[in-house]
Amino acid sequence: MALNILCCVKRVPMTGGRIVLTADEQAIETRHLGFTISPHEECGVEEAVRLIEANGGSSTVLALGPAEAEEQLRDCMALGIDRAIHLVAGDEFDGQATARAIVEAIEAERAAGTEYDIVFFGNESADAGGFQVGIRVAHALGRPCVTGVKAVALEDGGLRLEQEVPGGRDVYRVTLPAVVTVKEGLNLPRYPSVPGRLRAKKKPLEARTPERGSQGVEKVRLVVPADEGSQTEVLGRGPEAAPAVVELLERIGVAG
Amino acid sequence: MSSVLVLVEHDGAAADDLSRQAATLARGYAEAAGVGLEAILIGPGAADAAAGLGELGVAKAHVAEHDGLSQFAPQAWGRTIAGLAGRLAPAAVVGPGSERAAEVMAHAAAIADLPFAANCISAAPGDPAAVTRVRWGGSLLEEARLHGATKLLTVAAHAVEATPAAAPAQTEVAAFTPELADADLAARVVERAQTDTGGGISLADAKVVVSGGRGAGSAEGFAAIEELAGLLGGAVGCSRAVTIAGWRPHTDQVGQTGTKIAPEIYIPCGISGATQHMAGCKGAKRILAINTDPDAPMIANADYAVIGDLHEVVPAIVAALKARGG
Ligand SMILES: Cc1cc2nc3c(=O)[nH]c(=O)nc-3n(C[C@H](O)[C@H](O)[C@H](O)COP(=O)(O)OP(=O)(O)OC[C@H]3O[C@@H](n4cnc5c(N)ncnc54)[C@H](O)[C@@H]3O)c2cc1C
Ligand SMILES: Nc1ncnc2c1ncn2[C@@H]1O[C@H](COP(=O)(O)O)[C@@H](O)[C@H]1O
Repeated sequence: MALNILCCVKRVPMTGGRIVLTADEQAIETRHLGFTISPHEECGVEEAVRLIEANGGSSTVLALGPAEAEEQLRDCMALGIDRAIHLVAGDEFDGQATARAIVEAIEAERAAGTEYDIVFFGNESADAGGFQVGIRVAHALGRPCVTGVKAVALEDGGLRLEQEVPGGRDVYRVTLPAVVTVKEGLNLPRYPSVPGRLRAKKKPLEARTPERGSQGVEKVRLVVPADEGSQTEVLGRGPEAAPAVVELLERIGVAG
Repeated sequence: MSSVLVLVEHDGAAADDLSRQAATLARGYAEAAGVGLEAILIGPGAADAAAGLGELGVAKAHVAEHDGLSQFAPQAWGRTIAGLAGRLAPAAVVGPGSERAAEVMAHAAAIADLPFAANCISAAPGDPAAVTRVRWGGSLLEEARLHGATKLLTVAAHAVEATPAAAPAQTEVAAFTPELADADLAARVVERAQTDTGGGISLADAKVVVSGGRGAGSAEGFAAIEELAGLLGGAVGCSRAVTIAGWRPHTDQVGQTGTKIAPEIYIPCGISGATQHMAGCKGAKRILAINTDPDAPMIANADYAVIGDLHEVVPAIVAALKARGG
């Protein structure tokens, strides 16, 4: 059964050890940073590529973000995604506006004859952590939505999905078309190959410019949380520090 | 504006900790807005759990009753909340900081076409409301204006201390039957799969966690780390550099997209201390970092540090522990 799959990914900075904000406190200072997508979304991309390899069909990746987000779209295509949709937006959109723009793109695709059987999202975006875009898109499209998924299997023309919950895994069975939000651990994503990177440069990328509209969660400013200012006590250097470590473990009562 | 509504998750007998935290924030919000605090409870045993909410200041508890709600079905849960909110027109609906609560609140938001702010650490009523919410798993905060006729938000886990109301309330428990469509039950839990508990100590609950990062060098590089964790009755963790290299399973990963831990002591070995890793270990009481680089962010974030090669330091600690009273 050939499948048509869409994956939604968001370009975010790789922040490293410390977050520095721009002077206007509206964004992370990214001058010295690289960019990536959430590990959850990487697993969505990998799952899409595997499903298409096994069943045939076509995969598409979509990102709403600045012109530079083309980098993340090409990265996904280097891993085996067939084509990309770039919703070009300078400013960040809130969850409602993001979902609106993605739904418009999916409807335009449908009008052009492409119907997605599965739409993969991350469970939450790395930066905003809104926990909502996938669910909002599912409602707008009238499709079932399962979140936090760590196992995907095609079964009787539908999907069997596992969601991690405290103490076990809950199993869902849904018919297609469906929306699935996934978590890291679903699979171990592959690395891009050199031929994959070369092919990605030539794969089709369509751009559109969505309306941002009003923001229901309107960012005022970002704040780096005050760190607790812990003084670090250096117990020693090298293996000679072992007795001091044991003393510490005994003092706090965990030495066994 | 009649009230503030808090979504209470429960085990069939009492509200859970995160819901008590949410109720505490919701009560403050209600007091500031000059309205009462009410609760919504869904799922088997909801009426029993509702009876105990007086201590949290809940004046009225709305208990959803419907055959379709005996198994978790996220959209049905969301429809139930959106339906009650439509009827009561509360100033706000406040959910707890569990992923499941975020999920059902997002469904309610989608159904009601309202904005939704997940993982708030504070909220002040108004139009718009002023909220501070968590980004990047807690490494960054966002101050935002939250719009909408009813403000929808969840309270980040462990951001607010649960406290009882100054004056406990007599909770009136009222059952209601939500209107659910078949489509609301299309995605529902059909079975519970067992995960291999293996008798080990779970990372999330462990009193001691010893983790390895890229500095461990290989899967074999975890041998001494495993031995140390074993001697301390703790669990082994790791960084994402380790899981994507395939040295450890993702279930061992500590961080923003892994497990959040809260041990008495966390011992990261050869982990640099990226913000996304720190997001998972902020709950640790103490951190003892072992790293060759004295300038690693993890060292600055730690309470105690040993500067050195983990392949020498960890075996030395193991030997010293074994030698004790031996
Ligand atoms: C959206 C997003 C989510 C993420 N989620 C997570 C997450 O959940 N968890 C997570 O861990 N990461 C996460 N990451 C990745 C994170 O940014 C870092 O890349 C990762 O934590 C680095 O792992 P590391 O510290 O092991 O490796 P490195 O950063 O390479 O650090 C290795 C450290 O080991 C030290 N070292 C080297 N050799 C030795 C030795 N012999 N003895 C002692 N010390 C030594 C070095 O000095 C260095 O400090 C995420 C990233 C993104 C963008
Ligand atoms: N700007 C964006 N572009 C593409 N997909 C996005 C964007 N923002 C969010 N998403 C998708 O929606 C998921 C959940 O985002 P959020 O609701 O912000 O937590 C993400 O993991 C992505 O899959």
